[in-house]
Amino acid sequence: MTFDAIDAWWWPFFFILIAGWLATDSWRFLGVFLGGRISEDSEALVFVRCVATALVAAVVAGLILTPNGALADTPILLRAGAAIAGFAAYLAAGKRMIVGIVVAEALLVGGVLWG
Amino acid sequence: MNGEAAPPSGQSDSHLTWYLRGFREVVSLPALILASSFVGFAALAQGAGFTLFEVVFMTATIWALPGMVVLAGAVIAGNSLFVVALAVALSSARLTPMVVSLVPEIRARQTRPWVLYLLSHFVAVTSWVVAMHKVRTIPRDYRTSWYGGVGSSLVILNMIVVSVFYLAARDLPPVLSAALLLLMPMYFLTSLWSSAREAASKVAMVLGLILGPVFAALIPELSLLVAGLAGGAAAYVWHRFRTGRAAP
Repeated sequence: MTFDAIDAWWWPFFFILIAGWLATDSWRFLGVFLGGRISEDSEALVFVRCVATALVAAVVAGLILTPNGALADTPILLRAGAAIAGFAAYLAAGKRMIVGIVVAEALLVGGVLWG
Repeated sequence: MNGEAAPPSGQSDSHLTWYLRGFREVVSLPALILASSFVGFAALAQGAGFTLFEVVFMTATIWALPGMVVLAGAVIAGNSLFVVALAVALSSARLTPMVVSLVPEIRARQTRPWVLYLLSHFVAVTSWVVAMHKVRTIPRDYRTSWYGGVGSSLVILNMIVVSVFYLAARDLPPVLSAALLLLMPMYFLTSLWSSAREAASKVAMVLGLILGPVFAALIPELSLLVAGLAGGAAAYVWHRFRTGRAAP
């Protein structure tokens, strides 16, 4: 049963509902179910926050090291270097996000155009 | 459209006010960065042959970019419904700990469960980061309304963004596309650090950044989950030692 298996207008939407919505919102609903049983200052929540943060960080590393599209055509050292320099600039500027983002973008674009 | 519970006690104006304040987050740096990532998705989906309605439907129902990219990729590869669902489910499991950590922060004593289930649909990295960053500045009783505003405004904005850029379907210069694609990770890097509740979260972030690529090379299908669990558990053990209690 592939995306093109049934030639009806509703099939792609049904496919997206099952393979997309159900596969995603099940996890969110599980989170509400579990989160409703944890108090805000519980130690368990520190653990859950650590796991959530590490997960998002792993996503971020993937977006930089193994990206899709046009970013994949740039040298990996340029991408990683721009991200690290941007993060250092963010810290040096007293945790101002916009500084980190602008520095990383400037290095990437500069590196692509004049590298 | 929105997910707040208007209480019967005549406080609906206040709930509406906080809903609209949340909605105003649509004009913000995080929202701009998320929208530029959806521009990239619209281009990808258009190139892959999805129709405009399918792309907008995916945006509204899945509402998690990694899951949407996985779904599009698996459909292009000609996978069956079950395999696609499994791949999307693996990429979306990361949402559970995010929802678990958000729910105790936004619920008030009188919050009904269905409100939380409805609001949980809005949880994706951007709205989670925004919420963890700002929720403690919102009065407890209005946090669900506020988060409903944040979440629904982001969904609506990006349904419009994917429509416009699907139709425009203009090829951006490669250097601009590359710059757009770097926005999202840079925003996550800096905002994760800013919104960390305790030092352990910063340790977890550094471990996730290192373990993510390591496990991606070793076990590609499960790398995010394993990196999150291993990095998070190690950071938590560090936290327990640091706060002077016995490690679990």
